[in-house]
Amino acid sequence: MTHFNFESSIAKFKDQADWMGLRFYREKSHDYFVRNERLESCQTNLDQGIMIEVVVNGHLGYAATSDMTSDGIKQAFLRAKSLSQQAAPFKAAEFSNAQRPPSRGKFQSPYLHRLNTLTTDEIMSVLLKASQTLKRSDSIVSRYAATEVKETQIQYISSSGAQWEQDFQLVTTQFQATAQNAKDIQTRTFGNSLQAGAEILQDPKLFEQCIMTAEEALELLEAENCPTGVMDVLIAPDQMNLQIHESIGHPLELDRILGDERNYAGWSLINQTHFGKLQFGSKLLNVVFDPHQENEFASYGFDDTGNPATYEFLIKDGLLLRGLGSLESQKRLGVPGVANARASSWNRAPIDRMANINLVPGSSSVEEMISSVQYGVLLKSNKSWSIDDYRNKFQFGCEYGQLIENGKLTRAVKNPNYRGKTLEFWNNLKAVGNPKTYETYGSPYCGKGEPSQIIRVGHGSPYCLFSHVEVFGGLS
Amino acid sequence: MMSFDLYNDESRELLKFISEALFQDLHQGESLTVHFRGEDTTYVRWNQSKVRQNTSVLQRNLSFEYHYNGRRLSKSFTAQGVLEWDLITAREMLSEARKEAPLLPVDPFLVEFTNHGTSVSEYRGSLLSGEDLIHQIAVSAQEVDLAGLYAGGSIATGNRNSSGQNHWFANESFFMDFSLYNQQLAAKSCYSGFHWDQNKFNDSLALARRQLEVMNRPRKKLTPGNYRAYLAPSAISEIASMFAWGPLSYRAYKNGANALKKLQDKERKLSPQFSISENFHLGLTPRFNDLGELAPEKMQIIEHGELKQLLVSSRSAKEYGIAGNYASSSEAPRSLEIAAGGLSKSHVLKELGTGLYLSNLHYINWSDLQNARITGMTRYACLWVEDGEIVAPIEDMRFDVSLFDIFGDSLLAITDFQEVDPSVDTYFQRALGGRKLPGMLIKDFNFTL
Ligand SMILES: [Zn+2]
Repeated sequence: MTHFNFESSIAKFKDQADWMGLRFYREKSHDYFVRNERLESCQTNLDQGIMIEVVVNGHLGYAATSDMTSDGIKQAFLRAKSLSQQAAPFKAAEFSNAQRPPSRGKFQSPYLHRLNTLTTDEIMSVLLKASQTLKRSDSIVSRYAATEVKETQIQYISSSGAQWEQDFQLVTTQFQATAQNAKDIQTRTFGNSLQAGAEILQDPKLFEQCIMTAEEALELLEAENCPTGVMDVLIAPDQMNLQIHESIGHPLELDRILGDERNYAGWSLINQTHFGKLQFGSKLLNVVFDPHQENEFASYGFDDTGNPATYEFLIKDGLLLRGLGSLESQKRLGVPGVANARASSWNRAPIDRMANINLVPGSSSVEEMISSVQYGVLLKSNKSWSIDDYRNKFQFGCEYGQLIENGKLTRAVKNPNYRGKTLEFWNNLKAVGNPKTYETYGSPYCGKGEPSQIIRVGHGSPYCLFSHVEVFGGLS
Repeated sequence: MMSFDLYNDESRELLKFISEALFQDLHQGESLTVHFRGEDTTYVRWNQSKVRQNTSVLQRNLSFEYHYNGRRLSKSFTAQGVLEWDLITAREMLSEARKEAPLLPVDPFLVEFTNHGTSVSEYRGSLLSGEDLIHQIAVSAQEVDLAGLYAGGSIATGNRNSSGQNHWFANESFFMDFSLYNQQLAAKSCYSGFHWDQNKFNDSLALARRQLEVMNRPRKKLTPGNYRAYLAPSAISEIASMFAWGPLSYRAYKNGANALKKLQDKERKLSPQFSISENFHLGLTPRFNDLGELAPEKMQIIEHGELKQLLVSSRSAKEYGIAGNYASSSEAPRSLEIAAGGLSKSHVLKELGTGLYLSNLHYINWSDLQNARITGMTRYACLWVEDGEIVAPIEDMRFDVSLFDIFGDSLLAITDFQEVDPSVDTYFQRALGGRKLPGMLIKDFNFTL
């Protein structure tokens, strides 16, 4: 139950601070998880609360409360104000309402049928059937089918005239088959996170994918380990998304460059002098911040400061142009950025986040890229990720590899891993797949910040071919 | 912020009021456990010893697990802290649960609620507050470049069930998790506790500053390969964080996701020096789990290299027909301790001889789960040592090692001292918990990049 009124809350307190804003956030989520054809958990969560933002003596401070009574809001306002007054003499940067534009409008994520029209019966029957379909043989010892449907509403109002709201319909699915024999255990997964409505769970291709996933897990049981060596790698979009996320998205975040994240997620190999000058990747590399791609997981109309989101090139023809930084970071660092100040929920302040970071398709077909490879490996589906705190030395593992020999795809290999250094790696990009090879993936799990926040991101990419990559497999 | 007493009393009363009202509403065939978790925390984020963001967070969450004739589901919501309003929401959710439960299949592994007793643990602290908080930290750190997070306030958690069980745990505590910078290089520290002592904070700052001085020397570039290495307790803690992702879980063992499967199957061994326990004497987290079951005060998991038992939740016990040990539903350790050995602090550098002194590691993940192989990075004060003398900081290196090696044949010695590494996890809400760890001397620590 909520009983508060936005306008009157602002009217009551706005004269007691240099500026104030109020963000109301309400999220209802349903999680279902089926393991081995049995319901493992069924959870509903209603998360809601208010974030009060104030500017006092040029310092921007915050107080969040789940108590939405008028007294609760008053107490939160007083906390935000008193702590911010104390902090102002020691503030890291001077802010004003210029970092909180007076935007007005609405954003609605696309859907045919709202997610709240999905019934428990419908969801359960999809997940149970998926789990049954994944059980292709007794060697598939573990089957896993899960979905989360989420409806998120954000409303924002400020003393300088902002008034906007956004409504998101969010779906995450995850399916997994683990195969085991006397020698080994191998897992294949698939799934996605998208902005969509109830119709997404009716996709008939879902069960075909379950069959393929289980078959590939069985195939990997019999496969040899991925070879070790320096070779070409052709990376599928469901691994490219992680590669883009970790080695392009994070190092381009301006708050990392500013050092805000040094004690947690880390710093960056990029600094402000690199924008407009650094050849980040080969001429084939084009990367954009695209907040408007239909159905992609992190599309939106405004960031959580009310900055209207626009499409921007981050990297063009390999040249680094622009970082991922909010109006706050842009003012502090003096470089261009994007609308990406985002908060994970009502109880966190917005910080620089990725949203949809996409690699622009090129002109090669998958067949052309394979036929250009003498010896290499095709890599699919991320299973392990690690990168240093400057986002330079990375090592990623995939679920499924397939050798490319003399221009042809040959046998499957298990436990494929590869490692490299960010700039070297992207400068070795030698072919980019055409729009037909392009796929979009989302993740709800990007972690960052102190206090920490988990937020959703989206990454679209075609298949991409890289040369001179250090590849290796498992031990047994 | 509210006083600890006020936040604690209001929150405990909220759980009591809502749960008792819901229990009275229950029909034949229904049972319920109601949980509370919440915090009243001041978060202050620092960069260059200045305040980047201050956020005060007051939150309360109520959730319940509902059983109906062998079926099970959960509901949770953010509570306002207003008894009558929260009861309306709770009753709405209970009526939703009543509609949904009959549509669900019967759960053959359902663990029925029983009365696991009553416990109340409340620890009042003394924190920096009011005018002092920001000023005291800012003034102490003004001559250095400090980045980090202060988090302090009240945390509470509890559960009650319809069989009469009643557990409550609350404390007032803080941490100041920080690192100091000298351009590119850094030293890390964390000051935490229940009573803020400005002198102790200044001591921990001074210690980190001394570490940072060593970092001024030119950096040594290493080539990949095996190195003799000493891992300080904070580096071991990073590796121990991987024990939350399956290696100690019985369910993970049964589902092919346990990296120490070969230890359970007796195909691989660990060093007789290596022992792990779940030790609630550390006092960092309540002994009751999400079902209200009380785990033993201390439980040996690996003893002298041999696996004694995996963590088994009551649900797994039912599913797999074995004895449970009151693990949490995730079967991750909640209060992990690695036993100390015999290497004294004053002998660490001498015993290391020539090799690496690794104070912290970063971003660890599996590189080959079935062989317990992990990869990750060095971070903060990692140093090159020659003949027992610290020579230079190193450029960050990527490692790739198997737990079977570093906690097996390659483990040369364990320190006779341990350090408590408190949880500084603040996703969703400030966490309870932590680990207690020694340092370790490793013969071959493999660097790949
Ligand atoms: Zn991330």
